[in-house]
Amino acid sequence: MFEFLVKRLVTIVPTLVLVSMLIFGLQQLLPGDPAKILAGEEQDPTVVAYLRAKLHLDEPLPVRYGYWVSGVVRGDLGESIRTQQPVLELIAQKLPVTIELALLAMTIALLIGIPAGIVSAVGRGSAWDYAANVFALWGLSTPNFWLGILMILLFSVQLGWLPASGYVSPFEDLGANLAAMIMPAFVLGNAIAAVLMRHTRSAMLQVLSSDYVRTARAKGLNERTVVLKHALRNALTPIITLGALELGTLLSGAVLTEQVFTIPGFGKLIVDSVFNRDYSVVQGVVLVTATAYITLNLLADLAYFLVNPRLRS
Amino acid sequence: MATAILLPISQPPKAEAGPWQRAWRRLRRRRGALVGLVVVLIFIMLALFAPWIAPADPIATSWGAIRKAPSAVHWFGTDELGRDVLSRVIWGTRASLLAGVVSVSISLLLGVPIGLAAGFLGGVVDGVISRITDAFLACPFLILAIALAAFLGPSLTNAMIAIGVSATPIFVRLTRAQVINVAVEDYIEAARAVGNSPLRIALRHVLPNITAPVIVQATLAIAAAVIAEASLSFLGLGQQPPAPSWGSMLNTAKNYVDQAPWMAIWPGLSIFLLVLAFNLLGDGLRDALDPRQR
Repeated sequence: MFEFLVKRLVTIVPTLVLVSMLIFGLQQLLPGDPAKILAGEEQDPTVVAYLRAKLHLDEPLPVRYGYWVSGVVRGDLGESIRTQQPVLELIAQKLPVTIELALLAMTIALLIGIPAGIVSAVGRGSAWDYAANVFALWGLSTPNFWLGILMILLFSVQLGWLPASGYVSPFEDLGANLAAMIMPAFVLGNAIAAVLMRHTRSAMLQVLSSDYVRTARAKGLNERTVVLKHALRNALTPIITLGALELGTLLSGAVLTEQVFTIPGFGKLIVDSVFNRDYSVVQGVVLVTATAYITLNLLADLAYFLVNPRLRS
Repeated sequence: MATAILLPISQPPKAEAGPWQRAWRRLRRRRGALVGLVVVLIFIMLALFAPWIAPADPIATSWGAIRKAPSAVHWFGTDELGRDVLSRVIWGTRASLLAGVVSVSISLLLGVPIGLAAGFLGGVVDGVISRITDAFLACPFLILAIALAAFLGPSLTNAMIAIGVSATPIFVRLTRAQVINVAVEDYIEAARAVGNSPLRIALRHVLPNITAPVIVQATLAIAAAVIAEASLSFLGLGQQPPAPSWGSMLNTAKNYVDQAPWMAIWPGLSIFLLVLAFNLLGDGLRDALDPRQR
């Protein structure tokens, strides 16, 4: 296991280096002189000159990358052109909000997706199976920002039960925080629930037709024990790996969901910085997202190890 | 000539059908896939004949008809500038379909040759391509597309490029994996033994045998690309106003949910239907073309 861990960690290094090159390279896509674009509409010559020196724009590309990446390694992602705040600080401020949203969304997705998948696999071909499959197609095909608007229309405008926007920190007022977060979390969890349901269904179908499940049934165990103890445990392994791939959907979806519900998180930060032409913030956010995604996938691999004893030896 | 006349008599018609005909037969039996196909065709018709089908000019504003509820004159109501929502939804089909097809074409044109090279050449080429693919895949699809669109500048064309490039790694991986599977088959060995050049083997013998999964993935990728274009337009990074697109219509509609909910319902429903149709078609094609993946 230790060997596997080391190997897995080592493969991350070239990926991270390439990701940083990719993100740094984005700057090259800017049409024209980056210093002039970054300086905003006024194009104040002193600001342009300052940026030129700060970004080492007169140096060759590999040298500039070297400067940038050595900053990144030391935790210096540059600073916002608008607010002069360090990018890392900005991200650190917004990140907890998105993490809360993501955790709530994942909880909802797990609570809907896994039971729905089990029910549909156990009752293959039944009305439940059909309903679960319709739900999965709906979840995969609904743009989450539209679902968000529809929920605001129903629960905020028509019924007046939940606030359409207005984030409150959970440390100030947990009730108000949950009231503001429940709709966005559901919107974000919905699509992931659909994917989890499909994975759970196919993994369960495969396990349920295996010999040891037949043995368990032949022993006279009740169906509940067979399904939940014998089958589900083994079906969980592929669900974890495939589910981990959905973390990207979670991060992408957060951008749109936060926009719809005006939640001051990570996603809102990237959209706002795109419109403020605050490119160092955009680069910083993408870099942090990619790093988080890679790390989460690594953790998922570890979890895969822990639930699968055959791999541990 | 004689054999051509004799063939239909000497062989049963079923055995004569090629793999594509058999796939079509399997596809026809799947109701969901057929519904998907019909809905996609309807949207294609709407996009092609928008100027004749749309009852009004999609960008003509009317100060006398601002945010009017659906009526006999404006079936889907009007928006914040008095434009006919139905006409804008019909014209918006063009942006969505175009984005779906063009961006997936970009991914295919980039991804398939790169994946073919990686799988077929192996070694260092494969190593380099695979690492770069991993790096791209480490950035969540939409976030990468947002970043690319942000740096390229907001427009429908740039959104399509951003989506196409962001989706490319999926096709590189798929093609590479398929090529590696196919490359060990006996017929490839035979083609090599006969003395075909590697390029000819790749194009004439490997490529035709990996098209089925690629087509399936492409259909599902169109669904994802349609949502991605709507998302970018919703964020203001796609189709620019006043040109209609479903995503940007939803962006404005969001601000008027309490007063004019119809502005939000129809464009969203259109995205949902088009994406659902491509997903149904993709699922059906997977079952028809590539039974192993079921």
